[in-house]
Amino acid sequence: MVDSPPSNPPKAGLPGDLAEATRDEAALTRFLRGLPGIDAVGLEQRAASLAGRAVKGDAKLRAIDTAIGMVDLTTLEGADNASKVRALAAKARRPDSRFPDVPRVAALCVYPDLVSDAVAALRGSGVGVASVATAFPSGRSTIRAKLAEVELAVESGADEVDMVIDRGAFLAGEYGRVFDEIEQVRAACAPAHLKVILETGELGGYDNVWRASWLALLAGADFIKTSTGKVSPAATLPVTHVLLRAVREWRDRTGQPRGVKPAGGIRTTKDAVRYLVAVLEVAGPEWLTPESFRFGASGLLNDLLMQRETQLDGHYSGPDQVAVDL
Amino acid sequence: MTEPKPRPLAYAPALESAALARLREHYRPFVDGEFTGGTGEPFSSVNPATAEPLAEVSGSDASDVDRAVSAAEEAFRQRWTPIGGTERAKYLFRIARLLQERARELAVLASLETGEPVRKTTEFDLPNAAAQFLHYAGWADKLDYAGFGPSPAPQGVVGQVLPSNLPLLLLAQRVAPALACGATVVVKPAERTPLTALVFGEICEQAGLPAGVVNVLPGGPGVGAKLLAHPGVRKAVFAGSTETGKRVRRDLAGRGKRLTSDLGGSGVNIVFADAAPEEAVRGVVEGAFFNQGRVRCAGSRLLVEESVAEEFVARLRARTESLRVGDPLDRNTDVGALGSAEVARLSELLERGVAEGATRWTSPAAPPHDGGFLPPTLLTDVQQSMSVARAEVFGPVLSVLTFRTPEEAVTKANNTPHGLAAGVWSEKGSRALWTARRLRTGVVWANAFHRFDPTAPFGGRGESGDGRVGGAAGLEAYLDV
Repeated sequence: MVDSPPSNPPKAGLPGDLAEATRDEAALTRFLRGLPGIDAVGLEQRAASLAGRAVKGDAKLRAIDTAIGMVDLTTLEGADNASKVRALAAKARRPDSRFPDVPRVAALCVYPDLVSDAVAALRGSGVGVASVATAFPSGRSTIRAKLAEVELAVESGADEVDMVIDRGAFLAGEYGRVFDEIEQVRAACAPAHLKVILETGELGGYDNVWRASWLALLAGADFIKTSTGKVSPAATLPVTHVLLRAVREWRDRTGQPRGVKPAGGIRTTKDAVRYLVAVLEVAGPEWLTPESFRFGASGLLNDLLMQRETQLDGHYSGPDQVAVDL
Repeated sequence: MTEPKPRPLAYAPALESAALARLREHYRPFVDGEFTGGTGEPFSSVNPATAEPLAEVSGSDASDVDRAVSAAEEAFRQRWTPIGGTERAKYLFRIARLLQERARELAVLASLETGEPVRKTTEFDLPNAAAQFLHYAGWADKLDYAGFGPSPAPQGVVGQVLPSNLPLLLLAQRVAPALACGATVVVKPAERTPLTALVFGEICEQAGLPAGVVNVLPGGPGVGAKLLAHPGVRKAVFAGSTETGKRVRRDLAGRGKRLTSDLGGSGVNIVFADAAPEEAVRGVVEGAFFNQGRVRCAGSRLLVEESVAEEFVARLRARTESLRVGDPLDRNTDVGALGSAEVARLSELLERGVAEGATRWTSPAAPPHDGGFLPPTLLTDVQQSMSVARAEVFGPVLSVLTFRTPEEAVTKANNTPHGLAAGVWSEKGSRALWTARRLRTGVVWANAFHRFDPTAPFGGRGESGDGRVGGAAGLEAYLDV
């Protein structure tokens, strides 16, 4: 579709119109501004109506196990250290010692300087190690500092890197800058998977979330992620709908699978099931795997475990039956 | 062969218990505060999803009509108008609260007798029915300020003949303003859906409403005709199909009686190329398939701009396919039952459409059994001249037409004898307003469809009837103005 030679080499495997969008900043801006709109009222109605789907009995038990396997068990606090990471790693390997058939979680998500501790604690478990990077959570630093952080994480053995986009640049319309940053991180973090945090709570509306999703996908994100968890509102159902819609359309247009990770604010099993319903109905059944969908959460896991026990035993036990996250 | 892996997420049936509806074996007319009489033809109320009878109902006859009208006359003179608006408001509030208290029972009952999914009766019918009473309770002592002059007088006895879709909401939209105005009512619910109306009679009794203010006469079309023609009925209200509505108007002509009619429609959604695609798809799907398309304002026609038509119809199919057709009492059901008679009528309409050149596509969603169900159906390649584009569909069938310019869209949208509801989908405000001003319909929704509020008047133009429900406008039918 591109007649003149592009100034950037076109992205491998992208159809013409998407490759064209990555050629230079002007083309990218045209593409993002030309995307069809999102109507907030209709989107929120759809999210609310799908949230009413009933998942009961055996189906609920399966949904809980599916959700547990998608959890990125997360600790991102100033007080984090090696002992906290070891505690969470033990829980990530075996979330509930009373029930050995509980699936392990997908990954443990920590700050870059604790990646080596997490890797050591999780060796051989099959649980991935994810690291936030790029001046998380604000993203306010130089690209050099950001890349240095990414290198630290990857050299320490992180399987996945969760970067934040430069929201200031995005809101100023400097899409090219945001794009370049993601591409550079993408290059620096290989072979680790790249999750791009859009921080939707700071983007000021669904149209911008939609544009940011496409921008991140064009720049090579493996996952698009709603939030850092440090900004309110964090993940919401309608916002996650927008991200799911983006990865589905991306797959339809390119054939490439990409994932979605809502993070922050998902605390209960009921919430998690609603997100799974959204995954099924908005993206499709193929996305119902940890390779394509993750929950960024900490407290959620305990509620899932308690609800799982309730489904099996027929009664609710209490919060002290499962391990605290300390 | 290995055992198939269980699906990571599935919807198990989530059935509401039919026992919640507290069905009785037998129902009688509600006249003068009592459940008595019913010497007319008895009939069964039938569940459209299973074709099984729900209950026996004693039909009304001429003597029941006479008794109900004279009870309503007496109540009007002695027990309802004289007590004043403030007192009447208290009863309306009480009815609203009872509707809320018994919402679950009524939602299940409505689902059983209409085939509407229980989730919709719970989330739409019942809250909106209660909202009508709450809204008109507020008007009862403020009629002087409703814009009909000082101390507007009520109409007297009102006869109301109602259709079978959304029975409780349509009853509330008409009974609440009548009672607020000081009129008394005799209601003839549709033959298919008498039960919710009779339980409404029970709620009136529970609310301590004076005897005779509300009367409910179950029965067939003959009962409705007798009621509206009764000399004691000052005001006739007919809600139903355009065809029957015309006959009612002919029958009542020259009898010195006022008639308000709320008739059919062939609603339209106009989707411009710049519309937010996913939300427009949702609006069109809801518009066409809400309550199995059995609402008079259903958006049974889609006009989509030619440049995006192919992509839009593909999205429409995908979304329509995801609708779950099934047991109305399952909370995961999106599209419920119609009853075999309606399915037969619609199949005929579809056959005619295909014979005239339309292309039929029916969602592969499997209904639980044959008979009472029709999965949502799209007809593409429809032209303005075909019968499906002109008929009042009243079922889960959507005709897709295209347009090239805004003028063409408006001309095609208006080219129908009906004029009830339209939706305009565009991200450009000026275009939506330009279109809305030119549409000859009672209601235009912008980037939305089927949004209702008791404060907003709703009604049609042309062959969709002259009635208005909702807001101050909804009072007019019951005042002598």
